[in-house]
Amino acid sequence: MTSTDMARTSAVPQSPSAPARPASSANAFVGAGNKEKISVRGLKFYYGDSLALKGVDLPIYERKVTAFIGPSGCGKSTLLRVLNRMYDLYPKQRAEGQALLDGVDILSPKLDLNLLRSRVGMVFQKPTPFPMSIYDNIAFGVRLYETISKSELDGRVEAALRRAALWNEVKDKLDASGLSLSGGQQQRLCIARSIAVRPEVILLDEPCSALDPISTAKIEELIDELKADYTIAIVTHNMQQASRTSEYTAFMYLGELIEFGETQQIFMSPHDRRTQDYITGRFG
Amino acid sequence: MTGERKITSRAASAELLKRTGFNMTDESDKAMTDHIVSAFDADLKQLGDKLAEMGGLCEKLVAESVDALLRRDTALARRVIDWDRSIDRLQQEIEERAVNTIARRAPVAVDLREVVAALRIANDLERIGDLAKNIAKRVVALEGQFQPPKLAGGVAHISDLTLGQLKDVLDAYTRRDEERAMEVWNRDGEIDALYNSLFRELLTYMMEDPRNIGFCAHLLFCAKNIERIGDHATNVAETVYYLVHGVPLTEERPKADLTSTTTLNF
Amino acid sequence: MSLMEPHAHSADHPLYRRRRRKSAIMMTLSLAAALFGIAWLVAILATLLFKGVGGLSLAAFTENTPPPGSEGGLLNAIVGSLIMTAIGVAIGTPVGILAGTYMAEYGKHNRLSTVVRFINDILLSAPSIVVGLFVYEVVVVKMGHFSGIAGALALAIIVVPVVVRTTEDMLNLVPHQLREAASALGLPRSTVIQRIAYKAAQAGIITGVLLAIARVSGETAPLLFTALNNQFWSSNLNAPMASLPVVIFQFALSPYTDWQQLAWTGALIVTFAVLALSIAARILAARSGK
Repeated sequence: MTSTDMARTSAVPQSPSAPARPASSANAFVGAGNKEKISVRGLKFYYGDSLALKGVDLPIYERKVTAFIGPSGCGKSTLLRVLNRMYDLYPKQRAEGQALLDGVDILSPKLDLNLLRSRVGMVFQKPTPFPMSIYDNIAFGVRLYETISKSELDGRVEAALRRAALWNEVKDKLDASGLSLSGGQQQRLCIARSIAVRPEVILLDEPCSALDPISTAKIEELIDELKADYTIAIVTHNMQQASRTSEYTAFMYLGELIEFGETQQIFMSPHDRRTQDYITGRFG
Repeated sequence: MTGERKITSRAASAELLKRTGFNMTDESDKAMTDHIVSAFDADLKQLGDKLAEMGGLCEKLVAESVDALLRRDTALARRVIDWDRSIDRLQQEIEERAVNTIARRAPVAVDLREVVAALRIANDLERIGDLAKNIAKRVVALEGQFQPPKLAGGVAHISDLTLGQLKDVLDAYTRRDEERAMEVWNRDGEIDALYNSLFRELLTYMMEDPRNIGFCAHLLFCAKNIERIGDHATNVAETVYYLVHGVPLTEERPKADLTSTTTLNF
Repeated sequence: MSLMEPHAHSADHPLYRRRRRKSAIMMTLSLAAALFGIAWLVAILATLLFKGVGGLSLAAFTENTPPPGSEGGLLNAIVGSLIMTAIGVAIGTPVGILAGTYMAEYGKHNRLSTVVRFINDILLSAPSIVVGLFVYEVVVVKMGHFSGIAGALALAIIVVPVVVRTTEDMLNLVPHQLREAASALGLPRSTVIQRIAYKAAQAGIITGVLLAIARVSGETAPLLFTALNNQFWSSNLNAPMASLPVVIFQFALSPYTDWQQLAWTGALIVTFAVLALSIAARILAARSGK
């Protein structure tokens, strides 16, 4: 084992008493050479009085897939919902610390939320097609940001559906309701809808948990293709899925980031005992 | 044997881990907690048990084959040849179980290393069994030939050393004791050195008296087989290192087998 | 285990026999209760058909209410009902939808919503005659005479709580993930409500409005004190206006057989109009459930 081997990996101090590692050094070790699209620093999140994230530091690299794993209630979805300020919809939820998107703080109260959400798209656990036609599902978001001609819009809709590997299945029924599609198709429609507004980051919150294995495979294939152009963060309960789709994996537990590293390292030789117990199915 | 190349990997990796902000805790020394799915634990345990059985059989086979050679006991040699079949069977069984575990339980991290290690070690042990069988076959072939007893003395020494290595490395595996495995790994140089001198010695005997050539050639192959068993023991040591640390041992092993470049001038 | 003794898992075990007996008794009772209810409904409809169909002619829809002893129809009453119901719904629906939207979307848990919800529930179950008296006091007395507009206002007051309730319920049924998904695209709140939430709740809200129409088109009490009645054709909102329920009420109590016949015919028309609306609402609701 050489020092360069080790430098590629890092883990978070196990106990609160251990000296806190400056956020920048973590990034220097793991994934050095990649551009940080989002830098989360000292992030705390509160649901009312309860602390859901207890100071999280982590990078999300540009054009890479970062997976978040951990038991239910560990804060992984919460973290995702901070990145597009989804929590703003609900009173009594608030975040502290920093989350920088290209150096600009996402958490700043002065930030234009709609603009942020146009840059950071999100796909949810349950497919959520809008109650309108397949065409309008895609066109809806585009029309919101751009005034473009009908033919241009047609092109955008087709491109988004092609990108989401749905075009061939729906090209003859673009006027049909989005709700008439199967679950897997609906989820790809939602991804297409996100892509159509040309975001830079796509957040996927357990996108396959309601889908059958074939649909899941299609979504995973899609993730693989999309990472050429987009920065992707995915929350999943399926560890196999995390290991299949991501380059980096973050293991969270009880509101803390326990370990962040290259996916291969996390799944072959995790440094932290808790990570190992979780991914091998030993959690008590 | 190069002292400075000897690595005390545990201390080194602990130091590296500290530098990267990770504190290796004593926890990692403790036995693993159980899986939520207890059948998974049972699978892994059975795999370990089979491997222990195979290891014990291999040790016995190597010891008996060398015994047969030294005592020119062809009956024992034939028994050794028969026993090798049960080693092959065990290897097949372990392979089947391991593949099954991978297919059905999709192990990761330490569990995956556990299964991969079992596969690799079973493979090494099967090769060791083959090498022991090969020695036994040569004993049968040598039956009735001219055999000066002093010639076998070197072989006895090298096989003692190799048997010790094999025993140590199997112990290291059962206890997941990577330090002990690394000792075995570092000691292999001694076997190589011993083999070198045995090689020269046997060549000398052959030059002295052409009547020795047939016997010495077989003896040379036997010595080579024993040396190869030592190599497989170091393979197992490397597997134990991988099993414990999760990263392969990248260091080059100190090689001291120079016979491939050794010539004697007539 | 002997084969002769009933095993606990066998269908012949006393425990299971007792349960089956209980189940059979309950089923019979439920069925009887259901038949009892339906029987009355069928009886009402049958009586209406039997007594009302005789008077159902073109004249019923083209001639005004007659003086006793002469030929006539229900035209002025039908038109009056239509006008007042239309105006009542036109006033009540937007108010109801907006109030429901506020309670479901903006002020979900605040005090105002809680208070409004409580009062709305009271209004929903308040006797309609109280509404009639209220409008009488506030409008008719102030204006000095009965009027169609007062009747329409009374109907609007009945429409509002129904629409508020259904709008709020239907919007609450829209999954919050849908709102999140829309917000995640960067839509502002108002757009999310108008373009997504309304769309998803559309069928339910329309059903609510249809039910409100069905309800008010049969109301008599609030109109008695507000629109009163009118023997003649009148589309003047500032004057008393005829309506089907009031005409039915008046004619049915009269001693003249031709008036009584018209009352039956009017009752038949109202009942089937309401039935048609209810069925339409059902179909819409079923479609939205898909």
